[in-house]
Amino acid sequence: MSQKVLLSSKEINIILHRLACQLLENHLDFSDTVLIGIQPRGTFVAERLTKILQEEYNVKHIDVGFLDITFYRDDFRRGDKTLEATQTKIDFLVEDKKVVLIDDVLYTGRSIRAALTAIQSFGRPSEIELLTLIDRRFSRHLPIQPNYKGRQVDAINNERVKVMWKENDGKDVIYLINK
Amino acid sequence: MSELSVKHLLGIKYLNEKDIQLIFETADHFKEVINRSIKKVPSLRDITIANIFFEDSTRTKLSFELAEKRLSADVINFSAGQSSVKKGETLIDTVNNILSMKVDMVVMRHPNPGAGIFLSKHVNASIVNAGDGAHEHPTQALLDSFSIREKLGDVAAKKVVIVGDILHSRVALSNIFALQLQGAEVKVCGPRTLIPKHIDSLGVEVETNLRKALNWCDVANMLRIQNERLDISYFPTTREYTQQFGVNKALLDSLDKEIVIMHPGPINRGVEITSDVADSKQSIILDQVENGVAIRMAVIYLLASKIK
Repeated sequence: MSQKVLLSSKEINIILHRLACQLLENHLDFSDTVLIGIQPRGTFVAERLTKILQEEYNVKHIDVGFLDITFYRDDFRRGDKTLEATQTKIDFLVEDKKVVLIDDVLYTGRSIRAALTAIQSFGRPSEIELLTLIDRRFSRHLPIQPNYKGRQVDAINNERVKVMWKENDGKDVIYLINK
Repeated sequence: MSELSVKHLLGIKYLNEKDIQLIFETADHFKEVINRSIKKVPSLRDITIANIFFEDSTRTKLSFELAEKRLSADVINFSAGQSSVKKGETLIDTVNNILSMKVDMVVMRHPNPGAGIFLSKHVNASIVNAGDGAHEHPTQALLDSFSIREKLGDVAAKKVVIVGDILHSRVALSNIFALQLQGAEVKVCGPRTLIPKHIDSLGVEVETNLRKALNWCDVANMLRIQNERLDISYFPTTREYTQQFGVNKALLDSLDKEIVIMHPGPINRGVEITSDVADSKQSIILDQVENGVAIRMAVIYLLASKIK
């Protein structure tokens, strides 16, 4: 197993700022927009972006939620292990709101498919966009593409992208791991 | 990633503490799901579940059916009253006939203790025991402990007294196993005639004075007198039973501390508890019913994920 650094802490920070600006450009004051981080790892991206938007770009209020997609996945009973759920926390209505789904890595697109179904349980959004920090293009199983992407990666199937966050793993870094 | 240590839910006796924690954590998520505007998830859309009830039930049957439908499973219902059982069909034949319709899981209530265990040895489907005679009623015990955990934060080190007809109660036995597994202390209280002879072998103390029992406990789980199972007279009159073992508001208010009142239903109002106790703020009877759906969703989800 070998691993190389795909993005350093500094690069991640620059990319997050760019993504925050792109969101700002399309959503201005976020009065009609909600950010939804997909559990378990998209929540870190959502929280970082919110922090940047509020502290550096003076956005007063942003609704941020976390969505668990376990019960909507299409691989129930197909793997060896029981799929374990994490917390869903959406304290607002998504009815008629613009929803930005946020995840760390976009790979096959199946998680996003599940998230698109799951979010409907909370109302009918007027529009749904997708933001992803890493886009592993050429490995999609479904016709799903991000509206905002941090970095595109041409990783092959036996490679894995591992995103680490300071608040959870001790440091900000993204590795490309060859299994 | 963890999973249940069992393929069937036949009784609490066959679970370990980790299983109970996993069921509770999963039920927490399902409780959030059933409070959404759309209360349904698609996880079990390729699973078929048969609810086979050889004995009357309202709450448990509805709760199981709702849990199955919230998980998007296909559901078929079967009650012994309207079936070939009356024409002399055996249990295994009945169930095998149902299973040949490609059923993956069977939820069964049966008047004979051990019916679920027997069935699990003879058919190739996941079995959930929804009550077998006076033996076990595992999902009831799970939802009772889950409700205590929700109300008091934890089950460990809590003192629980089970009051009433312990002898004929599957709820009592499953609760004793579940509570002890989680580190709670359990006492039983009721007329001597309705307490099994060797209950001390389960590490359970017997208290025949209701006031003493209530003053000792954090939670009182009130059971119904199961008149349909009383083959002989176990106490002189219902009125006398109520005087000695019924909880009324005056008794509740005179205790040293505020205790939690539970009841698995159906309640005989005015017998084991009065209406003002059942409807008081100390009672979590309706929370138990709501939690029942979440717990059954968790059990079915976790068992179904083991069906290959």
